[in-house]
Amino acid sequence: MNFDFSEDQKLLREQARKLLADKCPPRTIRAVLEGDAGYDAALWKSIAEMGWLGTAIPEAYGGLGLGALELCVIAEELGRVLAPVPFSSTICLFAQALLLAGSEEQKQRLLPGIASGAVIGTFARVEAPGGVTPRSIRASFRAGRLSGAKTAVADGMEAHFTVALVRTSEEAGERGLSLALVDLNSERVRRQKLDSIDPSRKHAQFTFDHVAAELLGSVGEGWEIARQVLDRAAVLMAFEQVGGADACLAMAKDYARTRHAFGRAIGSFQAIKHKLADIYIGNELARSNAYYGAWALSTNARELPLAAAAARISATQAFDFAANESVQVHGGIGFTWEADCHLFQKRARELALALGPQRVWKDRLVTELERSNAA
Amino acid sequence: MDFEDTPEEAAFRAEVHAWLADNATPARNDQADDLGLGDSRDVMAGAKAWQAKKAAKGYARIAWPKEAGGLGGTAIQQAIYNQEEAKFDVPDTRMFAIGLGMCIPTLMAYASKDVGARYVAPALAGEEIWCQLFSEPAAGSDVAGLRTRAEKHGADWIVSGQKIWTSGAHFSDYGLLLARTDFDALKHKGLTMFFLSMRSPGVEIRPIRQASGGANFNEVFFTDVRIPDAQRLGEVGQGWTVALTTLMHERLAVGGGLGGGLDVKELLTLVRELELEDGPALKNAHVRERIADWYVRSAGLKYTTYRTMTALSRGQQPGPEASIAKIVVASKLQELCAFAMELEGEAGALKGEDAPAHGAFQLGWMSAPGLRIAGGTDEILRNIIAERVLGLPPDIRVDKDVPFNKVPGAR
Repeated sequence: MNFDFSEDQKLLREQARKLLADKCPPRTIRAVLEGDAGYDAALWKSIAEMGWLGTAIPEAYGGLGLGALELCVIAEELGRVLAPVPFSSTICLFAQALLLAGSEEQKQRLLPGIASGAVIGTFARVEAPGGVTPRSIRASFRAGRLSGAKTAVADGMEAHFTVALVRTSEEAGERGLSLALVDLNSERVRRQKLDSIDPSRKHAQFTFDHVAAELLGSVGEGWEIARQVLDRAAVLMAFEQVGGADACLAMAKDYARTRHAFGRAIGSFQAIKHKLADIYIGNELARSNAYYGAWALSTNARELPLAAAAARISATQAFDFAANESVQVHGGIGFTWEADCHLFQKRARELALALGPQRVWKDRLVTELERSNAA
Repeated sequence: MDFEDTPEEAAFRAEVHAWLADNATPARNDQADDLGLGDSRDVMAGAKAWQAKKAAKGYARIAWPKEAGGLGGTAIQQAIYNQEEAKFDVPDTRMFAIGLGMCIPTLMAYASKDVGARYVAPALAGEEIWCQLFSEPAAGSDVAGLRTRAEKHGADWIVSGQKIWTSGAHFSDYGLLLARTDFDALKHKGLTMFFLSMRSPGVEIRPIRQASGGANFNEVFFTDVRIPDAQRLGEVGQGWTVALTTLMHERLAVGGGLGGGLDVKELLTLVRELELEDGPALKNAHVRERIADWYVRSAGLKYTTYRTMTALSRGQQPGPEASIAKIVVASKLQELCAFAMELEGEAGALKGEDAPAHGAFQLGWMSAPGLRIAGGTDEILRNIIAERVLGLPPDIRVDKDVPFNKVPGAR
C-alpha cells in the first residue's frame, strides 16, 4: 500500500508552504479583497517563477511535465493561505480544457504562456441563476462568431482568454453544445465587474457581440468535455478546499487554547472541544477522499468521475463546516472585518459554488455508483 | 501513489491467501449481526478450532515475537492477513480479541516470565478466553472512579464489588481486574491490577439484556473473592499505570469492519427495489443526496484506512487519523438505518423476516445506540481527539486532587 504522497512531493509541499507563508500573509489577501485589482501580481509572478503554473504542463509546451499529484500539493498550499491569484481559473479549469481538447496548434500557442504566468484564462459556463442544463446554454457560436452572455465568471476581469460552453446547433440535449476559445481582448467582448461574496476572487459578466472565436474540441462535444474538465478541476480544487479547511482548524484551535473565559481556556470546555473534533473528522475524511481523487486523476482511472464527485462533496462540506465553526469558536471577534475568519468563510462558500452546487455533484455521484454497479 | 503491495507484501499476501484457500472456504455475503460475539456451543467450538489452526501457523498474532507464539512479523503483515481472511468464510474469532488485544499484552508486560508462559499460549490458541473487568455501574467513561474493593489478608486479596459491561464474561476463563486497594489515596493512586479465574468462588456472572434484544455483556459480582498476591500485576497502587498499558493496546483493527456491514451498498440494493410516492426511489433527488452524503463518509473512512496502512507499510506509526472511525461509523449506521426505514414506510416498523430486506435495517437501527457507546462513547472519543490530537487543554477534574473517599458520591 502506497497511498500517500512521495518524499519528493512532500518536500515540494514544505517549500510551497514556506514560500507562501512569506509571500502571502493575510495583508496580501486583504489588499485584493479591499482593492480594485483582481489578483496579487507580485505573488502570481513568484508562483510562476517557482514553476508551479507549469507543474502539470508537458515540457514540450514549456511546463515542468510533472504529474497531477504535484499540482494537488500546490493547490492545497494555495488554499491554505487563500492565495489571491487566478490559479484555479487558469490552471485547474482553462489549462485542463486545453490539455483535454485543444488542437496541437492551440496548445503550442497558449500553454507556454500559461506556464510562464503571462496568460490568465478562465472557464465560462453559466448564463442564468439556477441549474446549468444543455437547454440553459443560449450563447450562440455560428460561422466563427460568438454572441451571447456568460455570468459569474471567476477571474473574468483579469483573464486574457476564456473557454466558453456555447450552442453550435439547435439540436436538443448535449449534442447542440460545443466549447469555444475566445480572446477576451476583442472590442466585441464587453466585460462588467460583478459584486461577489468573496472579493478576493472577483467575478465578471461577459457579453459577446459577434466576437471572433475558435472551436475547442469537436462540434457537439462541448458538454462532455466540460464535464471532464469539471471532474479534473473538482479534484484539484478539493485540495484547495482541504488546505483552507485545515487553516480554519488551526486558527480555531490556537484561539481556543489562548482565549480565556470563566477562568479557563475556552478549549477546555467540551462544547468547544467537540466542535473542533468534528472539524478534524470532516477534514480527515475530506483529505482521504481528495487523495483518492488525486490517484484517479493522476492515473486517468475509470473511477475518476466517482472519485472527483466524492472529493468535491467531502471537501466542500469540510471547508464550509470548518470555516463556519471557526467563526463560532472565535465568538464576536470572529465576526469582525479585522479577524481573518470571514476571509475563509467567504472563500469556502465561493469554492462551494464555483463548479456547481452540491446537489449536482451528489446526483452525479449516485449516477456513477449505479454505473459501476451495472458494469 | 498507488494501492500496490511492495514485492515483500505481495509475497506475504500470496502466502497467507494460499494457506487460507487450503484451510477455509470463500466468503458469502454476511447478514448484519447484533454487535457480534455469537456464543452458542457450535459457534464457540468452531471459533476455537479455527483459532488453534491459526496459532499453529503463527497467524493468530502476526506481529508478536516468535517466542510468544506469533510470526515475528509486522503491523502491515497483520493488516494484509486481516484483509485476506475477510475474503473467506471463517469462524468469527472476536471473542478472543479482548484477551489477545488487551489482557495478554498487559500480562506479558507485568507478569513474571513463568506466569506469562503459563497463560500466553493457551490464550493464543483459543483454549482460554479472557475478559476485561474495568467498568463499573458508577465508573463507565470515568473508569478510574471505580469502587470494587480489594483488601490484603495474609498472602491473598479479598475482593468485593461489581463490574459491568463485561463483554464475554460468561464464556471467559480468566479476567483482568482493576480494583481499589486504597480508598484514602487520590483517585488514580489507589488502584491495583490483578488477574483471576472467572470460576473463582464468589464470582457471579449475570447477562445484561440489551435494548436491541441481544445479550453480549454481563454484570460480574464479586463477593469475598480470594486472589493470591502472585496474581497481582504491577505494584500496589500502580493499577492506573498498568491499565494505561492495557488501553494503549486497544488498536484500530485495520481492515476490520464495524457496524455489521450495513452501508451505502445495502441501502442502494433496497432503494433500487422501492417505489415511492413520486416513482422509483432511485430517481428521488432527496434519496440521492442522502446516499451521496453517506457514501463520502464511507469512502473517506475507507481511504483513511488506506492511509493508515501506508504508514504501517512504511514502518511508521499510524497517524491520529485512525481515531475517527468509530465515531463516523456509529452515527452513520444510526442515520442510514433510520432513513432506510423511512423509505420502507409503515412496513419499516416491522422486523426480522417480516420486514423488508430481512429486517437488516431494523436490526442495525436497534444496535446503533450500543455502537455509539461501547468501547468509548462518541463524547469520550471526541475528548480524546481534542486533547491528544489537537492538543486542547484537559477537562478540569474536581476530583483529581482529593482522597477518593472524600469525592462526592464515592464511598
